[in-house]
Amino acid sequence: MTLSTQVIAKTNLSKSPAPPKSKSPLRLSIERFFRNPLAVAGLVILLAIIFVTVFPQIFTHYSPSTPDIMNTDSPPSAMHPLGTDSSGYDYLARDLYGGRVDLTVAFAAAFMTMFLGVIYGGISGFFGGWVDTLMMRFVDIMLNFPFISLILVLEAILNTSSQWMLVLVVGITSWPGAARLMRGVFLQMREQDYVVGAQTIGASKWRIIFRHMLPNSLSFLIVLVSFSVASYVGLDAALSFLGLGVPISVPSWGGILNSTTDYISLKTEPYAWMPPATLIVLTILSVNFIGDGLRDAFDPQSKA
Amino acid sequence: MSDNTALLSVRDLQKYFPIKRGLMQSTKGYVRAVDGVSFDVSPGETFGLVGESGCGKSTTGRSILRLIEPTGGQVFFGGKDIRKLGRSSMRKMRQEMQIVFQDPYGSLNPRYTIKQTLEEPLIIHGMERSSAARTKKIAELLETVGLSPSRMNRYPHEFSGGQRQRIGIARALAVNPKLIIADEPVSALDVSVQSQVLNLLDDLQKQLNLAYVFIAHDLSVVKHISDRIGVMYLGKIVELSDADDLYAEPLHPYSQALLSAVPIPDPDAKRERIILQGDLPSPANPPTGCPFHPRCKDAMDICKTVTPQWKEVRPGHHVACHLYH
Repeated sequence: MTLSTQVIAKTNLSKSPAPPKSKSPLRLSIERFFRNPLAVAGLVILLAIIFVTVFPQIFTHYSPSTPDIMNTDSPPSAMHPLGTDSSGYDYLARDLYGGRVDLTVAFAAAFMTMFLGVIYGGISGFFGGWVDTLMMRFVDIMLNFPFISLILVLEAILNTSSQWMLVLVVGITSWPGAARLMRGVFLQMREQDYVVGAQTIGASKWRIIFRHMLPNSLSFLIVLVSFSVASYVGLDAALSFLGLGVPISVPSWGGILNSTTDYISLKTEPYAWMPPATLIVLTILSVNFIGDGLRDAFDPQSKA
Repeated sequence: MSDNTALLSVRDLQKYFPIKRGLMQSTKGYVRAVDGVSFDVSPGETFGLVGESGCGKSTTGRSILRLIEPTGGQVFFGGKDIRKLGRSSMRKMRQEMQIVFQDPYGSLNPRYTIKQTLEEPLIIHGMERSSAARTKKIAELLETVGLSPSRMNRYPHEFSGGQRQRIGIARALAVNPKLIIADEPVSALDVSVQSQVLNLLDDLQKQLNLAYVFIAHDLSVVKHISDRIGVMYLGKIVELSDADDLYAEPLHPYSQALLSAVPIPDPDAKRERIILQGDLPSPANPPTGCPFHPRCKDAMDICKTVTPQWKEVRPGHHVACHLYH
């Protein structure tokens, strides 16, 4: 009793008139992220790439869909800094505009994956038991789903291919990984004392899910999204390269690569395929660095 | 030992966890984490529950609060069997009984400020309608547990273990409970802070006439705070008595062994140390007869076959052991 009164006295003494502003865990994570040079470099590069693909007009006055028929197969020149292809399309314009498709598909598919994964995995992990068993068996099936054949079938049925179909296909075939991760996070979090504590206080299921469990799984989610963006950029490029992506008339990085795969182009026209390949590599690398940085920022203990 | 004045009466409480194996997840047996526990707690009393790790103390505590759904037995709180309550009446009942956790680092939502953490129970139970009234109540709560209200907008990571435990206690107090289940509330704290938190619990009990079920594995901690003590072994209470009585003369060989491990603050004191042999048997496959017989120094033949009956050996001193039959 004497001890505790002493403590009360002490805390009252240390009561300062204006306590310094308190930093939330999220704020601290953001500060940690910006202290990581690789992550910041990744962020700068990604923002630069996004900027040039959103405002390509600043860098080229050519349209990616209007060919310069007087100048086909031209090497780099003052008029066409990266030359033109066999139809007279300006490579620089196609490279810059092409990023729109790749980045839109990657980000949209990543958010779709996240959305489906959180809902599905969250339900599975929160309720557990037979609901969980059943839902996870379905995930096992989906994880083995051959999505390239799904794209082929969809393209054949709809007789078209567009970037939104790519988003849809990537989204509905890629969520099981995210769902499995969220299930694990929720299962673990359900046993946390602060969740049990909220239960003893009488909080409802929804309150526990939305106020306690979701905000605390946010860090896992953001890291998941950032890494999946990187893999979808690669996936999208690969699909376009295989000719399963957007139509040839729509510029995309993978599509440009596809049109320059003949021996002559590869050997004599590095200006044709080096820039889109570099853009793909840079995008994937920068997104991965950002993902790494976010993971370390949210969970400093896991730093390898 | 039925007592009408009891605040909490636990009767033959059981929690069996099924062991599932194989492709069809068929039940292959049960882990008897809590196997027929009965005790009473009066208003304003502290009931200590001791035993080694894995004996079912925490499961007992959580089953009383229905954080884990018990498989059998009754829990009466203020005369009502809480296992029969529906969802909404159970939620009201939660105001009456609260829990304080062992781990002060895991028991607070890291993304909530202290104010948000303490505000939540007030909002859920509609206790203070206006935001200003809630802030005032939170300030009072923090002062009650010996923390400065000026720090209510801070996050848990800015507090030490002992301070967080005080916040955990404040959250439990927010709904004006009559009973607090303290699940090893000081075992994660270092010794100097332990005494502060124990003194705080003691003060609060006197001010607010709280009843505690105090779960611990450290007998010296339990002795300091408890009025009565139940000694648990393998899901069962083997001895139950007044704290002073138990410490003066433990009857069950297991209690004797536990008590002989408590250090005496006198270097010249001589005492026989009873070292327990072997490990705690698996609660999935408990020994026949008395569950303690494989490790008991006084084991007799009867102990291997017959489960000892619960017996009041002296007024208020119960034991389940063949030595006293």
